[in-house]
Amino acid sequence: MTTVARKSLNPVPIKERMKVPRQLMPEQPAEQRAHNFEEVNLGFSEELARQEAQRCLECAKPTCTDNCPVGINVKEFVQKIVDGDFLGAAATIRRDNVLPAITGRVCPQEDQCEGKCLLSKKVKPLGIGYLERFVADYEQRMGVQVVPKVAPTGKKVAIVGSGPSGLTVAGDLIQKGHKVRVFEALHELGGVLVYGIPEFRLPKQIVREQLDYMRAMGVEFETDVVVGRTITIDELMEEEGFDAVYIGTGAGLPQFMNIPGEHLNGVYSANEFLTRINLMKAYKFPVYDEPMLDLHGKDVAVIGGGNTALDAIRSALRLGARKAYVIYRRSDAEMPARAEEVHHARQEGIDFQMLTAPVEFLSDGKGWLTGARCVRMELGEPDASGRRRPVSKPGSEFDLPLSVAVIAIGTSANPIVQSTTPGLDTNKRGYIVANEETQRTTRKGVFAGGDIVTGSATVILAMGAGRRAAKSIHEYLTTGEW
Amino acid sequence: MFKIIHAEFLAPGIKRFVIEAPRIARKQKPGQFVILRIYEEGERIPVTIENSDPEKGAISIVVQSAGKTTTLLNSLETGESILDVVGPLGKPSEIRNYGTTVVVGGGVGTAMAYPTAAALKRAGNRVISIVGARNKELVILEKEMRAVSDALLITTDDGSYADKGFVTDKLRQLIDNGTRIDLVVAVGPIVMMKAVSELTRKENIYTVVSLNPIMIDGTGMCGGCRVMIDGKSEFACVDGPEFDGHKVDFSVLVQRNAMYREAEQRSMAEFQASRVRPADGDPRSRKSGETWGNHTCAAQGEQR
Repeated sequence: MTTVARKSLNPVPIKERMKVPRQLMPEQPAEQRAHNFEEVNLGFSEELARQEAQRCLECAKPTCTDNCPVGINVKEFVQKIVDGDFLGAAATIRRDNVLPAITGRVCPQEDQCEGKCLLSKKVKPLGIGYLERFVADYEQRMGVQVVPKVAPTGKKVAIVGSGPSGLTVAGDLIQKGHKVRVFEALHELGGVLVYGIPEFRLPKQIVREQLDYMRAMGVEFETDVVVGRTITIDELMEEEGFDAVYIGTGAGLPQFMNIPGEHLNGVYSANEFLTRINLMKAYKFPVYDEPMLDLHGKDVAVIGGGNTALDAIRSALRLGARKAYVIYRRSDAEMPARAEEVHHARQEGIDFQMLTAPVEFLSDGKGWLTGARCVRMELGEPDASGRRRPVSKPGSEFDLPLSVAVIAIGTSANPIVQSTTPGLDTNKRGYIVANEETQRTTRKGVFAGGDIVTGSATVILAMGAGRRAAKSIHEYLTTGEW
Repeated sequence: MFKIIHAEFLAPGIKRFVIEAPRIARKQKPGQFVILRIYEEGERIPVTIENSDPEKGAISIVVQSAGKTTTLLNSLETGESILDVVGPLGKPSEIRNYGTTVVVGGGVGTAMAYPTAAALKRAGNRVISIVGARNKELVILEKEMRAVSDALLITTDDGSYADKGFVTDKLRQLIDNGTRIDLVVAVGPIVMMKAVSELTRKENIYTVVSLNPIMIDGTGMCGGCRVMIDGKSEFACVDGPEFDGHKVDFSVLVQRNAMYREAEQRSMAEFQASRVRPADGDPRSRKSGETWGNHTCAAQGEQR
């Protein structure tokens, strides 16, 4: 998409822009938010958004866009904010991203758009994520739902999984005139956006609004369908007449550490812990029926250093935990979590036990967890991931008293679709093999993307895969060539 | 919403529902289960599939009142609906001609043993079924089991029907009589499956049990249903629910199933005390005094 050259309405001269400080995101005070599930970030006002937008250097070759997995035209939407054309800014984003209110909240901007912002060479980068969130929320508040009208192609696409990648494919393909039906295994739509990411980081109302928008565009949804069990990929294509299928089934079963005591009561996987809280609303027990262990006054630790780990431990804090630890075997620099989440967690009083790993979970002799025996680590030579390998320090063992431990060290591939779809190749770890450009699998008409192809990654990477898949599904449906 | 075509009590506190669920009915195989949820604030619970009718697009499930959710579920009647029914979940039973098989059903577990017995019979096995229950009233599916078995043996704990004793007594007798047994399938309370497995381990008879751990999504995501099999964690929803009984650590299963006992008891107590009235069509809106299927089984949260 080319942009018509236009004269900037930015009142701040280019040379002065470095001097304008990055606008701070208004947020709930740490001591207050540590006890509730309300959103941490409160969002920019129009005033703040325009001030922040004016910091943009309007680079001739914007690296922000190059570094965005879905290729949002950042410069154009930021300029529209400067002009006060917030709805125009939203429309610009929507050309490339069907879920801006979500990515504005959960993308690791520091590794993507903001990481390559020219400003960041000297000062803090432009707050692109904050601005994206602002325009998406503004659009929602104005009640604008531009539903594009397109001529139907007569082609039908089934999408397996209603998480970020599936929704991206659905949003892109419905705008090309294809009939789109999304199948979801759970009773609620949104995948990881509803079962995984907590309310205080991504309010579920935001997800529901995005889904409503998709419905308005004509996307059909069917819950309670486990593709592979309730219906197979082959049946979708042969019996229900779908011309193409996109598999976006997401993260699979949690990994465990295989250390003694992992089966004790009080040891959770992060997936289970977060599913109870987010999807099943166990934090509202007994209004909601799903129970979870009472965390009031208890000591809780999460093992792991990713976003999931931080989501879990910050949820535990909000559920009344007395002490809330992050146990991570590497150091700050290697933590995969979003920088803002680490910052927020520290503000809230999470105790980070870095360079530490549990070697055993301790029991009261009746099957309940009482603590973790941990060992301190130091960093050795880089491993296959390029990160320095943690090595345990002899004689550094210590016991950490705990009532609940949450294991957040990653997931493995969910086997259901692969094991019921003949001819669908998987790699040695069980993930679906898909072309990196086209997201085509080894089965004609079947595409895949997101965590079920890459293993645990981020919302935006899954959406990036969804974009590529939508493009190539459209090509396949219009040319018939495989 | 999934419509209840027919609902009837099979025994006090044990109810069979025939539910309109065409996709599930087409795919269901013996050994599989569904997860259901009956109202917006409800929990997800795994429930046994007893049978399915692909022609009519219906499945039947059998539910025993144990806690709040199952008690509410058992208050639903023909013509009402269940909010969510998802499945069929879990790997199907491995059906082939083993030779002589013994299918053991304990309590409401008989409902899950039944389709497996029927399939084993169709596969050419000689099927000896053993059904055990606490008392006469709780013996379910006797006629159905008899129809698919070469022999049906029944025990009740209190001797109020058939022979007094446990299913393991009958299994012991079969072994002592020199019956050559190629496979034992046991579905029922954990203590029963454990006792059967211990007995057959000594006799070196391959034994399959169907485990019922705590479960949320049932689709291979949450990992809540992890069980210890041969010293390793496996997941009942995708690796099971059927496992080699000789490899199962039953004590871990018992311990983990007790994790929420306090919360479950609180839930049940508050529910019995209040019986609030939410939206129409919600089973919680029923007035007290109506049929509740008030008999609850001893073990909280145990659907076997």
